[in-house]
Amino acid sequence: MNLTLRVWRQAGPKAPGRMVEYKAADISPEASFLEMMDVVNETLTLRGDEPIAFDHDCREGICGMCSMMINGVAHGPNRGTATCQLHMRSFEDGALIYIEPWRVRAFPVVKDLCVDRSALDRIVAAGGFITAATGGAQDANSVLVSKADADLAMDAAACIGCGACAAACPNGSASLFTGAKISHLGQLPQGQPERYRRALAMVEQHDAEGFGGCTLHGECQLACPKEISIDTIARMHRDFLVGAATTREERSGSGVG
Amino acid sequence: MNRATRFWRSTVGKKIVMAVSGIIMIGFLILHAAGNLQIFESSAKLNTYSAFLHGPANELLWVVRIVLFVAVIAHIVSAYQLTMLDRAARPVPYAQKKLQAATIGSRTMRVGGVLLALFIVLHILHFTTLTLQPAPMAAGDVYGNAIASFRIWWVTAFYVIAMIALGLHLYHGAWSSARTLGFEQGHSDPFHRPVAVTLAVLIWAGFTIVPVAVFFHWIS
Ligand code: HEM
Ligand code: FES
Repeated sequence: MNLTLRVWRQAGPKAPGRMVEYKAADISPEASFLEMMDVVNETLTLRGDEPIAFDHDCREGICGMCSMMINGVAHGPNRGTATCQLHMRSFEDGALIYIEPWRVRAFPVVKDLCVDRSALDRIVAAGGFITAATGGAQDANSVLVSKADADLAMDAAACIGCGACAAACPNGSASLFTGAKISHLGQLPQGQPERYRRALAMVEQHDAEGFGGCTLHGECQLACPKEISIDTIARMHRDFLVGAATTREERSGSGVG
Repeated sequence: MNRATRFWRSTVGKKIVMAVSGIIMIGFLILHAAGNLQIFESSAKLNTYSAFLHGPANELLWVVRIVLFVAVIAHIVSAYQLTMLDRAARPVPYAQKKLQAATIGSRTMRVGGVLLALFIVLHILHFTTLTLQPAPMAAGDVYGNAIASFRIWWVTAFYVIAMIALGLHLYHGAWSSARTLGFEQGHSDPFHRPVAVTLAVLIWAGFTIVPVAVFFHWIS
């Protein structure tokens, strides 16, 4: 296959960037999108040009590193797949492909297609944990969880933190990510003690990072490589509402006696 | 920080304000449309209803007006603030961006909302205060005022266009507000929204039919 790429090139965080056109020649339709990028980079390197920087790690759809806006769609045209699982057979021979980094204020560009997604880590650090001492591994069924709850929690826990939801959202909102993280713990007995405080803290961190609000356009759910449902956003709203109504400020010394 | 401040400062809090004020307005619109439809019964029926609202039910009318005023202001302030936050969240636009799920309803919330705000002002100046009289109008004669106004093509056209904006606003808003308030529908297809569609169509049709019927002389 022969393709024309228009790729965002930006030398560093502060440098100005622009779209640059490249030819990708003799690409196998069996190649993955990232392998196609590797071939292009090989040519660039041999020519003495700077290769295109892009993020990737596992290349099997579990790490969430590969983040590219392909022809205006996060992770490209196929549903429920990360960029690394996209294959060139999904494109026509001779196609023109736009490749851009995630465009969200909270994800500053590091170089070319690489963005800094540590904002997502800070949202998790704000409340995406449980405070119970976990100790050694327990017997599997010592804490009973209903099948329905376990399924919902597992579906939400499938989030790989790639940031496609915020990239696809017209408002640049990471509500699907935050909702998934809040509601996967909020669904399980171990997550109950800090359930509402968690929702408050994570939503506040989400906003502090400069993400936008949710209009419920539903773009995130189609962009998500793990097909996480916007129902997680509804659950986040519910926990936030209860949290805002009931959570008290923690006072130092409280509970000491 | 106290609870109310924490709530209002977050995008989710503003969104919840938006949903609650929106639902208050929807409740009002259902009553309002039902009131208007009495025009199909007789002039006496409609004018008696109006006299009732302004006479015995006057205190109630003022309570409703105050609640609605607060709801409209809360709705507009949160819409404005959220829009600004949303714009700031993507300072550099994409060279290519395809929308896959956003409906015509969700995409027109802002422009349609601004049109509705304009409509609400003009509508009050038109029928409530009688400040704007496209044709001679008289206090107390709601029926006569409606007939005189809606025989004019551009008055009817303006109302019809505003009600299209309202229908689209509700097509999205009646669906999204349930999720904003934390109800998960458990249906992954955002186009599956029977309640919102029914509500939007009923309210849209209930309002649109009156000016259209007057314009085409179905009511004389
Ligand atoms: C007065 C002028 C109005 C403006 C400027 C306006 C603006 C908006 C905007 C921008 C949104 C989307 C907010 C977001 O990003 O999530 C919205 C949502 C909504 N609006 Fe309005 N609107 C107006 C009037 C109305 C009226 C008259 C009604 C009801 C009959 C209404 C009902 C709703 C509902 C139910 C929502 C959904 C809230 C949610 O998603 O939770 N609005 N409005
Ligand atoms: S590289 Fe790990 S998910 Fe794509």
